[in-house]
Formats: sequence, structure tokens, C-alpha cells
Amino acid sequence: MSFERYDELAGLFPAEIVTHSYVQDIDLPEDAGVLALVTLDNDLDQTKPTTLGPSTLIEFGRTLESLKERAASGEIVGVAVTGKPYFLVAGADLSTVKSVKSEHLGRLMAELGHEAYDLLADMGVPSFAFINGVALGGGLEVALAANYRTVSTGAKGIGLPEAFIGLVPGWGGVYRLPRLIGPANAVKVMIENPLSNNRSLSGTEAYELGIADALFEPADYLEQSLLWAARVLRGGSAQESVEQRRGRLADYDDDAWVSAVASGRAFVEARTGNAAPAPSRVLDLLEAGLRLSRHESAAAECNALAELMQTPEFQSTVYAFLDLVQKRGKRPAGAPDRKLARPVSKVGVVGAGLMASQLALLFARQLKVPVVLTDIDQARVDKGVAYVHAEIEKMLGRKRLSQDAANRTRALVTGSVSKDAFADADFVIEAVFEELSVKKQVFAEVEAVVSPECILATNTSSLSVAEMAADLQHPERVVGFHFFNPVAAMPLLEVVRAPKTDDAVLATAFVLAKGLKKNAVLVQDAPAFVVNRILGRMFGEITAAFDEGTDAATADTALAPMGLPMSPFKLLALVGLPVGQHVQESLHTAFGDRFHVSENQQKLIDAGVKGLWEKQEDGSYAVPGSTLDLMERGSSPSTAEEVLRRTQDGLADEIGRMLDEGVVAGPEDVDLCMIMGAGWPMHLGGITPYLDRVGASERVNGKQFHRQ
Amino acid sequence: MSPQTGTASTRSATRSVRDVVFVDGVRTPFGRAGEKGIYAGMRADDLVVKCIRDLMRRNPSLPAERVDEVAIAATTQTGDQGLTIGRTAALLAGLPRTVPGFAIDRMCAGAMTAVTTTASGIAFGAYDVVIAGGVEHMGNHPMGSGADPNPRFVSERIVDPAALNMGNTAENLHDRFPGITKDRTDAYAVRSQQKLAKAYDAGQIQPDLVPVAGKKAGSGWTLNTADEPPRPGTTLEDLASLRTPFRAHGRVTAGNAAGLNDGATVALLASGDAAEELGLPVRMRLVGYAFAGVEPEVMGMGPVPATEKALRQTGLEIEDIGLFEINEAFAVQVLSFLDHFGIDDEDPRVNRYGGAIAVGHPLASSGVRLMNQLARQFEEDPGVRYGMTTMCIGLGMGATVIWENPHHEHYGQDAA
Repeated sequence: MSFERYDELAGLFPAEIVTHSYVQDIDLPEDAGVLALVTLDNDLDQTKPTTLGPSTLIEFGRTLESLKERAASGEIVGVAVTGKPYFLVAGADLSTVKSVKSEHLGRLMAELGHEAYDLLADMGVPSFAFINGVALGGGLEVALAANYRTVSTGAKGIGLPEAFIGLVPGWGGVYRLPRLIGPANAVKVMIENPLSNNRSLSGTEAYELGIADALFEPADYLEQSLLWAARVLRGGSAQESVEQRRGRLADYDDDAWVSAVASGRAFVEARTGNAAPAPSRVLDLLEAGLRLSRHESAAAECNALAELMQTPEFQSTVYAFLDLVQKRGKRPAGAPDRKLARPVSKVGVVGAGLMASQLALLFARQLKVPVVLTDIDQARVDKGVAYVHAEIEKMLGRKRLSQDAANRTRALVTGSVSKDAFADADFVIEAVFEELSVKKQVFAEVEAVVSPECILATNTSSLSVAEMAADLQHPERVVGFHFFNPVAAMPLLEVVRAPKTDDAVLATAFVLAKGLKKNAVLVQDAPAFVVNRILGRMFGEITAAFDEGTDAATADTALAPMGLPMSPFKLLALVGLPVGQHVQESLHTAFGDRFHVSENQQKLIDAGVKGLWEKQEDGSYAVPGSTLDLMERGSSPSTAEEVLRRTQDGLADEIGRMLDEGVVAGPEDVDLCMIMGAGWPMHLGGITPYLDRVGASERVNGKQFHRQ
Repeated sequence: MSPQTGTASTRSATRSVRDVVFVDGVRTPFGRAGEKGIYAGMRADDLVVKCIRDLMRRNPSLPAERVDEVAIAATTQTGDQGLTIGRTAALLAGLPRTVPGFAIDRMCAGAMTAVTTTASGIAFGAYDVVIAGGVEHMGNHPMGSGADPNPRFVSERIVDPAALNMGNTAENLHDRFPGITKDRTDAYAVRSQQKLAKAYDAGQIQPDLVPVAGKKAGSGWTLNTADEPPRPGTTLEDLASLRTPFRAHGRVTAGNAAGLNDGATVALLASGDAAEELGLPVRMRLVGYAFAGVEPEVMGMGPVPATEKALRQTGLEIEDIGLFEINEAFAVQVLSFLDHFGIDDEDPRVNRYGGAIAVGHPLASSGVRLMNQLARQFEEDPGVRYGMTTMCIGLGMGATVIWENPHHEHYGQDAA
């Protein structure tokens, strides 16, 4: 019938891994009649999620068409959709959607989904979705199109993450969800969750919001769902209680709708600065949807999807999310064979300051091996251990650790004033003052105590790992292990290979990183490695513009179109001006005037000023006159556009040099580092796709980072 | 432990034995073992779990923490039937972690032994409420797989090695009782199929079946709600044409024996007091039980001495038994039992719903199926006072459990 017009689309993706629609007739319990159960299955194991591509949707649609005919002829009393174990269906096949190269094809893809899903909504007999597992995006929209839903308490990964990916829930989700769970909760699911580290819902949460009408445990989930469906089909109290519950959960008026949209817009503004188009489009559709019919909304949804599929923000997000975070982040480029790794059954941490204590806690919690902290006097050691114990106590209080696990972790962390405590350690990491001579002395002292195989790691952010290792008997045991602050929250670990670092040491570092649940990226021993070097270049451009006479607001908001998580001056204040200045100076020493060292910033540090901006009584930020008076600035201000452009060019220049120097294997690693270590947005693709897109790579390097 | 109402303290030298009642029982539909069977690719423990969960749902007045034991039988206790399946099934079913469990094995009488063992614990005062059952996924665990019979069986002629194959022991029974002909066993088998079909039509089987969802590669989820083994239209002619796999020109065929099957059963037992306290229905009262051994070469004779022993212990006569649920491992073994006690091949007291020849016999699970069916027949037939569940067991044993019908007018009036 109607699905032939999509053959053009399906033909473009002959390699699609098709998720089939297998139909089984189920003789329902309690004499409720025959239900046709559609199972979505790609015939692959549970490591290969089911996804929705053109051929999948055509098969699904055609299956539903034939079931609709059977329903009309009275053969079946209901239709249900469920999935293979652990998945209802994971969502649209993003690599396919990303390759849809024209608005025309994008529109076809959008319309195909609507056409198939609308069949499920209007079967002529009641339709059900049994959400047995992951249901994201188009996967959840299948369920939303059905007339009734159950969900498993074992299901994880339920949500509409389109705003995060760079699309809209445009297969009816944006229309159906608010009507089901109310506009405020719909904004939470479609906007707040995607923009909060792309969080999703559990089965229980989905049920509580009203996304599903019934909740069953996994052990006999499908059996209970079918029994429930039988009772709903028979009408009576089962159906009544569904209606009552829905009425309760979707109790809203027009005002609630309007205010939900408004609060969604405020959220998007706060989280993204509206740097990417998708979240606002979701809210536009929601806002308009209040007064639209389902079909009118569908047309608007298809427009939005067709347009957004062609946006660079969507393309970059898919690159960042699929190619980097999900793939490259899990299989770091250049990591040696993990079989070479040596076991680590005890860890030493030199230093007992804040960084060292955070490291001790991380190692003890994740590796569950003894961790010894050392420092120069008992008071410092005690303070470090006390910090760890207090953090464990907090986790216990928040129920993130059980009492037994807290006892175990606490017992693992001890302190000593003597490095003799490292004698049987396999891995010792130093987190002492950033001063080469100090670090060299520390390593010499540790080497005197430990076995010849014990790995010595440094958490330096800017010093040369090779120089640190130079005078050791076993320089091949030294590796850089650069964490980001706060250690518990930031997923990136820059693993630094010095020229003499051997493969076993490097392999151990990568295995260790995985054990610590960090994403390791292999970097070469170059000053400031990746993240700090790029941030340093950015800070340099902004502070230089400011020092030249650009006003603070213009300089600090010039990068707003990039949608970075924090403006440069606010980030500098958070890092601490002295720390920032120290990094900047060492970068300047290493690379020269490319890295601007602000004399004004030094004046602020000398005067004890913590940051440029100060919060006013009304909540706004301003630079106090007293701060301005400390500084001497030039008289050649730049416009915001000029500042943005010089920063783009600076970044393209610096990254081009890093790649030429071989600091990382490719631009993908730079992007991964900026996403994981600095929280730079996926819609920039990290950074290099953005620099390509705005022409900076071409302007500065004469070529793009990524081949088009 | 829960309060000991109505009995003397367990510290007392004069403590009394407590009544044990059968509250409820369920089972999965039985499947044919093997690649094409409905449970191919499924796990045995999952089958048990679905039964336990359904049993608990059917008895909402029972707080889960009041279950004192979960005893699950399996003949092969490895893989998905290993790891102390009573405990693992309890955990997987979502029973509280405070509920203990264990695994038990007496081959075909596994579930029956799970019932008698835990019932004894109830009578003794160690338990108030138990779950007892059995499972055998013979597709995952072909009979005897992984077993390593001691060479002394052969060298010292302790057991004829041929007796380790159940089909051979059935042929041996035919040798011992020449009056039991192939015609008689085939006729019995046809009636078993007919009786089961009739019971299905009358809705006597379905109420105690737990639906089991299953999915096979290359197709969608389906719901198994009926037994797979039955062949309702079977005729004598059909059976006459079947091979006799155990002996050339023998008498035992796939048609007059139980098949190789997958399935699980569980039952809920309680002390009489606990049943009353918790508002649990009493569907049968345990009167007595016995196990007995026979020559392994004619293991099918086992129910005879076991029954004689149970009758002796309970002071009942065979005539007192108004309903028999005897497991049909082989028709010849049932007929040898009937002949021994002078019961007609077509006696309406015997296997009213047909038997294992029709419905299947997933080894360790079958005992509770017999009890379930007897309980339902008690309800249907309040005129019957006593009933019996009995079965033969590999390596030459028999098991017999005698039950009293609570619907009978004289129930509980004089202790048997």
C-alpha cells in the first residue's frame, strides 16, 4: 500500500541492520480472545541493540497494516508490541539518520515514522506496548503511539533524548507525551533530562510519571503484561482504573502548558545558552502543539526533523556521541594490548593534599586495593586520611555506599610519613607541588623503596614527564596520569607516554584507567598535554582581548555562540587565578607568545582578588571599580565577533600544531578530551568539527581537520 | 520461628505431630524435550521461578516472609538445575532473602520427596509453610547425562547395567508378567490420551497451569498455555505401528510410555494451624507416605511395596482408596500395579485426567502434578475420603503418599 513511496529511502541504506517485526498470535488468558504480538528483533545478541532504520520502519508499518486488516475482519481483538530481551527498541539508527543527505530524504524518514506509528495508534482494536527494556527516542515513541503501555521494573534507558542528540521527538512524542503525563513532566523528559548528562528513566520512574499504565517485575513480565492486556480488553475495572490514573497524572490546563514551555525555555537558556537549535525547536513544537491536531503537529514535527537532520549541530553530536564517546572512548587509540598489563594490588599516593586525597579515595573505591598516602609530616597525613574518611562518611549518608562497603573502603586508606610504606606497592602516583625538582626528588625517594617493576605515575598538568624520569634507574616505569578536577566527576584521564615509557607500563595505565571508570586518552609528553593547552590558548585570547581594551562583558560573552559550559572568566575564577596563571606561564615558557600571560591577572592575584566578576546583591555579575582600578588596559577594544573569530583561529592554530607534533593520534582525540575533560558540548563535536564548520581550520591551516 | 499454636513446646517430651495440608499447586505446561520443544533455549530455573511467583499470587493472604523453606527437586543438578536450585529459585522469584531453600533428588520422585521431606518438617514443628516442587528440563539435561556409574555395579553384579536404562526395565516387567501384553499397554495408553483430552475439554487441567512466555531465534515471543506432549487422537492402530526401541520385537514404545519432557511444578504446604491462621485453603490433608526399594531391573514395580507399606502405616486398606494418581512412566508399570491390587485396567478411580503417557513426565517435577490433580478431583468428588499419589523411581524404588479429602463428610472425624 502506502509504504512503497519509502523504497527510495530504504534503497539508500542497503547495509541497514534490520529489526524485524515478528508476529505471534497469542490466545489471551481469561478468554479475552486472540492478540497479535509483534516482537521487534534484529536476531543479534543483547550487545547489539535493536534500532529503527528505513527498512525496519517499512517492515513494521506493513506488519501493522496487515494486522489492521485482521483486526477489521475480527480475527484479533488487540495488537501489542514488545522487544527482544533488554530492548523494546533502542531508537532511531543514528548512523543512518546522520547519512540522510537531503531535506527531502529527511522528510521522508520523518513521515515514514509517523505513518507506521499512526497505524499502531489507530488499529481499530486496542493496541499495547510492553516496554521490556531500553526505549529511547523513536523507541519510546513506538510505545507512546500505542493505546496502552506496561513497563518492566527491570527496564533501563527510557526517554526522549532527541534534544541532546540535536533532533526533536518528532515521531509523535512531542505531541503525545504531554497529553499523557502533563506538560511539566513532558518538559522534564524531553528537555531537562536530555540536557542533564542525557539522563534517562528507569521502568519504575516511567510508570510513576504515567508513561506506562502498569508496572511488572522482569521475572514474568510478559506473562503479566499479557494477562493485564486481557483484562483491559475485557473492559470493566481494569480499564476504568487506567482511565482514572491517566486522568490524575495528566491533570493540566492551558496555563500549565504555557508555564511548562516557559520553564523549559529558561532551562535551555541556562544550560546551553541556546547555542544549539534542537532544544528550542522541541519547545516550539510543544508550544504550538497545544492548539494543533495530531496531524497538524505531525506536519510541524516532520518539518523540524527534516531541517534539524541537516544541521551541523546534529551531525557533530552524532559524531561526538557515537564515534567518540561510545566507540573511541571505550577503545582508546594507541593503547597497547591489555594482556601486557600487570596486576595492581596496592597503590601509593605521594602527597596528602586535596588532589592526592581525591586520588586516594578514587583508587580505594574503584580498585578496592590498599592505598597509602604519604606526606612530609603527620599532621598533613592525618588531614589527608581524614578527608578520605569524611568523604566515605558522606557517601554512606547518601546511601551511595553500604555500611560494609564504607567499612571496607575506610580500612583500605591509610597514611604514613615514611615512603617505606610503598615497599610492596605496584603503582605509586605523585600529586605534590608542580615543581620539577620536587617531583624528581619524590620519584628518587620512591624508587629507593619500591620494586623495580612498580609503576611511578605523575599527576602533573604541565611538567615534562620525561624530565621527571630522567635520573631514575628505571625511567621506563614512569607514566603521566593526568586527572581533572573534581576527580570523582570528570571522566577524562590523559595518559601520558614519555619517550622511555614501556608498553607494559602503558598497558597497565590503561587497564587501571578502565578500573577507575575513567576514559583514558593517550597523549604524548608535550607541555600541558591536550585539555589545558587548548583551554590555555582560549584563556590567552580572551585575556589578551580584555587587556587590549575590550570590556569585560564583551570579552567574556564573545564565545557564547559556542555554548561552552562556563564563560572564560568565570571558569578562570573557579580554577583559581593563581593556578590559571601558573599554567599560562608554563605554556608561555614552552610555546612563547602564542600564550598570552596577562599582567593584569597577576595584579589581581597580587591584590588577592579571586576573579574578575563579582556577584551583586541583585544576583547579577559586575566587575567592581576597585578591581578595574588595579589594572592597566589598552585602548584598542575588539567587538565580540572579533574576539570569537580570533579565539576560533587560535584554537585551530593550536590544534593544528598539536596534531603536527603528534601529541594525540588525531583530531578525534582532541575532541574526546574536550568533551570528557572540559565538558565542551557535543554539538560542537568537541571542537574540531566546529572549527571546520566556521572556517577557522581553513583560514589558519589551509585545510579542515575532518575530510568532508 | 512463628508461634506454635496448639502444639506442645518442641522442648517437651510429649510434643505432638502436627497436621500437614496441601494448600495449592501449580505447574508449567509440559513441553517436549529437544530443539523443537516449546522450552528449547529456556532455563529450568526460570520455569521454577514462574511457578513460585504464580503460586504466591494465587495465595495473596500468605506473606512471603512466612515461607519457611523452598525445596526444589531436579534429577540432574548441574547447569541451570544446579547451584542449590531451591535457594536460587527463591531468590530469583523475589522471595525475601530470609527464606531458605535447598535442592533435592530422588529421580522421578523428586518433587514427591520434596513434599514428603518438608511435610515431615512441618509435622515436626520446624516449618509452618513451605514451597516444594521439582523441575526437569530434559532438553537441557538428557537423562543420565554427566552421570558416572560406579564400575562395581557391573563387576559385582549389583545392578544389571541394562537397568540403568528405564525402557529396558519396562521390557523386563513384561517378561515378569506375561499377562500384561502389548495390546493391553497400548489400550491403556490410548485411554490415557482420551482421558487427558476430556479433562482439557472440561477445563480440569488449565486452572493450575502457569503461562510461560518463550522466544526462539528468528521468531517473536509466544505464550505457552497448554501441554505440548498430548496426542489426543491417538488410536490403537497408530500405536501398533510404533518401533520398540529397547528391544527388537519388544513391547515398550514411545506410545505406551511417557516421553522426554521439560517442565516444573511447585506446591504450597502448611501446618493445619498455619493454614487456618493465614486463611489458606486446605485442599488435601497428608495421611501418610512411604518409600520402598525393589530390584532395579524391574524398577516399575516400586509403587507396589511402597503402597503396601504406606497402607500398613496408616492402617488403611487398598479398598479405602477412592482415587489413584499413579505416574505413567510406562503403561506396563501401571498395569503391574493394578494387577497386583486387583484393580481393573479401566477402573474409574485411576488417573481420571489421564497420565504421564499423555501429558508428559519431566522427571523430578511429576510428583506435584499428581497431587495437584488429586486435589482437584477431591473437590469434584466429595464422596471420596482417601486418595493416593504414587510413582515408580529409577534404580528400583517406589513412592506412595496417601491424602485425605477435606470435602468428605467425615473429614477429620477420626484420625487415620
